[in-house]
Amino acid sequence: MGNDAVFRVDGLRKSFGHIEVLGGVSLDLHAGEVTVLMGANGAGKSTLVKIISGVYERGGGTMSLAGQNFAPQDFAPKTPAEAIRAGVVTVHQNINDGVVADLDVATNLTLDRLSGSGAPTLFNPGRVRREAKAVADRMGLAIDLKARISDLSLADRQMVAIARAMAHQPKVLILDEPTSSLSSAEADRLFALLDRLREHGVAILYISHRMSDIRRLADRIVSMRDGVISGVFDRKPLDYEGAVNAMLGRKIHLDRIVARNSARPVLTIDRLRIAEGSRPISLTLGDGEVVAITGLVGVGKTALAETLFGVRKPLTGTMVLNGKAYAPGSTGEAIAAGVFLVAKDRSENGIVGDFNIQENISLPFHRRMSRLGVLKRRIERATARRQIGELGIVCRSEKDEMSALSGGNQQKVMVARWMSQAARLFILDEPFQGVDISARRDIAAKLRASANGRATLLFVTELDEALETADRILVMSEQTIVGEHRNADIDLERLLAEVAGGPLHSAALSADR
Amino acid sequence: MSSGWVRMALARDHAIRYGFIVLLFGLIGYFAIAADGFVSPQSAVFIFQSVAITGVLALGVTATLVVGGFDLSIGSVATSAMMAAAYVMVVLEQNAIVAVVACLLIGVVVGLINGWLIVYMRVPDLLATLGMMFLLVGLQRIPTEGRSIATGMTMPDGSVANGTFGAAFLSLGRHRFDFFIPNLIPVSVVVLLVLAVLIWFFLEYTRFGRMMYAVGSNQRAAELAGAPVKAYKIWAYVISGVFASIGGILLAARLGRGDIASGNNLLLDAVAAALIGYAVLGAAKPNAFGTAVGAVFVGVLLQGLTMMNAPYYTQDFIKGVVLVVALVFTFALSGRGNR
Repeated sequence: MGNDAVFRVDGLRKSFGHIEVLGGVSLDLHAGEVTVLMGANGAGKSTLVKIISGVYERGGGTMSLAGQNFAPQDFAPKTPAEAIRAGVVTVHQNINDGVVADLDVATNLTLDRLSGSGAPTLFNPGRVRREAKAVADRMGLAIDLKARISDLSLADRQMVAIARAMAHQPKVLILDEPTSSLSSAEADRLFALLDRLREHGVAILYISHRMSDIRRLADRIVSMRDGVISGVFDRKPLDYEGAVNAMLGRKIHLDRIVARNSARPVLTIDRLRIAEGSRPISLTLGDGEVVAITGLVGVGKTALAETLFGVRKPLTGTMVLNGKAYAPGSTGEAIAAGVFLVAKDRSENGIVGDFNIQENISLPFHRRMSRLGVLKRRIERATARRQIGELGIVCRSEKDEMSALSGGNQQKVMVARWMSQAARLFILDEPFQGVDISARRDIAAKLRASANGRATLLFVTELDEALETADRILVMSEQTIVGEHRNADIDLERLLAEVAGGPLHSAALSADR
Repeated sequence: MSSGWVRMALARDHAIRYGFIVLLFGLIGYFAIAADGFVSPQSAVFIFQSVAITGVLALGVTATLVVGGFDLSIGSVATSAMMAAAYVMVVLEQNAIVAVVACLLIGVVVGLINGWLIVYMRVPDLLATLGMMFLLVGLQRIPTEGRSIATGMTMPDGSVANGTFGAAFLSLGRHRFDFFIPNLIPVSVVVLLVLAVLIWFFLEYTRFGRMMYAVGSNQRAAELAGAPVKAYKIWAYVISGVFASIGGILLAARLGRGDIASGNNLLLDAVAAALIGYAVLGAAKPNAFGTAVGAVFVGVLLQGLTMMNAPYYTQDFIKGVVLVVALVFTFALSGRGNR
């Protein structure tokens, strides 16, 4: 393992408008080493990667890359192609961005040569196949070169994308959450490939939330939070919990809330399984209670929320709502039963862009606001005005367009929508995503103040958000619930251990290493 | 923000909002002065009559545009309905009611198939309805081996078709209602106005219409708000199919025969009217009122130019210019297209 950094980032800054996304990031990458970068949503990982790979321009700071003669050279790519030529190759999260689905493997492997300047005008299939074979052999890639990409599994596509990246013989390889859509067997093949690259002396920056990936690969862990590096862990054995801790942050104000208990159950979940091979989930949510389920990205939080809301069906298990069996076949049925969901990623799943505030608020409740199918606009407007006041939405009127609102206010409209009618079970999936601190406080306070008469269930990745809002905190990992805490005297060490994969789980993992 | 800037923004807002309406009235004013006899009840009725069938089709396609789809099969649905009406009355010797029911049925069935292809078979809307268009253009020729249908024609098996278009059916195309002046307003214009009001009310004031707009703007959000998105999409194509078949009935009643060569321009004219409608009142989205205004706009322009002796072959060019200008209005000026 080399000690001199192949790639070095120093004091990197970046702002979008007046929002600072990177506040001086410094990072070293060494040859033959896998550096894992961890960070919650919005920590700035993607921005960092995009600057390094030439998609964004940096706002400040320096980057240097050891050149052919291992003398550091200034590195400031203007385009992704320039970064690749210099020897820094990125495999992005969306696998299909890295390959052309309608072409065969051989063409994909040699695509950059076909499109680069100085490429021959005429397409020579024989030469393409020979070159592709050379690339595939070097990578130990056992895929039929004539197969079309669209006929391959996701893992194979990923392999092709990486092999194609490696055809440039990069010094630095960046992988952005490469396993997020792979099965564990597929991921193992990827890891074997990365092991080989590591032996070849490539410096790898690996971005992931998956603890099992991190335990398998990491030589070093770098945690990021709020646009700065919050921790570097390179002493063996690696301190995984410390890394998670640094990523989630722990600026806890212990006088936040008084945890409540609830006696009357609203929803009971019995041995529900949401993914193949996962352990079943059982839990009870009580009237007046605010429960937060926390866990890293990709552990099944959204899947559970969608199962409760009728978007997807559980593999096994039963649910009981208000003492009656509950198995919603559609979102409409869930809403009729009094189960509401504020979906995550509001612009994708919540906001109707062509509608104003009033129309966005009334969207799920048209039936209750109409007679013989005709909407009663007076009631619609009155509801919108009431909700704007209730949540303190900053706007000129209920007729404002959604695009005129700030992120926090847009999210308030989404919450206002689902609080405009009484719920029995109120689910919020990442309700504080892209929301400024004051709007977040407003929403949390509103949720707690109005909690009586329903059960409230939040799904959050950020631990702080759970601690600030919930009476009870459940921890999710590997598609199931692994821990439960009353938000009064929390054993944070245990909670963080559960988030990071749990002592039981890590023991099992190290056993099969 | 200076007050000058606000005034500019307001002026721009007004230009976008009322620009097309002002243009329409300007055009009417111009023709009133330049073209003799342009301002008369008969002329106005003629304009409406000339766009009645196109307008009905355009109102139907508006429904599919609202849910974010498109229906290219409307023209061929209309001509298929026309051929079916002729076949039912002339060859099968049935009465007008059977003919009308058969046409409407064609509209419903084609709409359901379009919806099924798009929603369940996941064929992109343009391609599915393009395929349906081809299919129907071919299908309507099969029963008569590619010939037009008229009383007295010889059938493929050598027999002679003796049925006739019923008087009741023909009156759909030829009867005129009294309106201050005797025999002024044709049935087709009444049908256009009634359907325009119906679809306008449906889209603007009912919860079904509102949800269709939501589906068109953000399908996922509509689904997560409890809407049966697939059903709404299929309904939109059924509406479009039925409106097109009504257009076909009016066409058959006007012609009095099943003319294989008619209805060529229906699709493009109807789509143009609906797209011009985006620009009306700065809606920047499909809307029934805009579609109706768009249809009338084209009618006024063509009628005026015809009365000023513009040659017929310039008509499509002029329609195209109007459409492009309207689209620029919608997407560039209002700035809503680049979301």
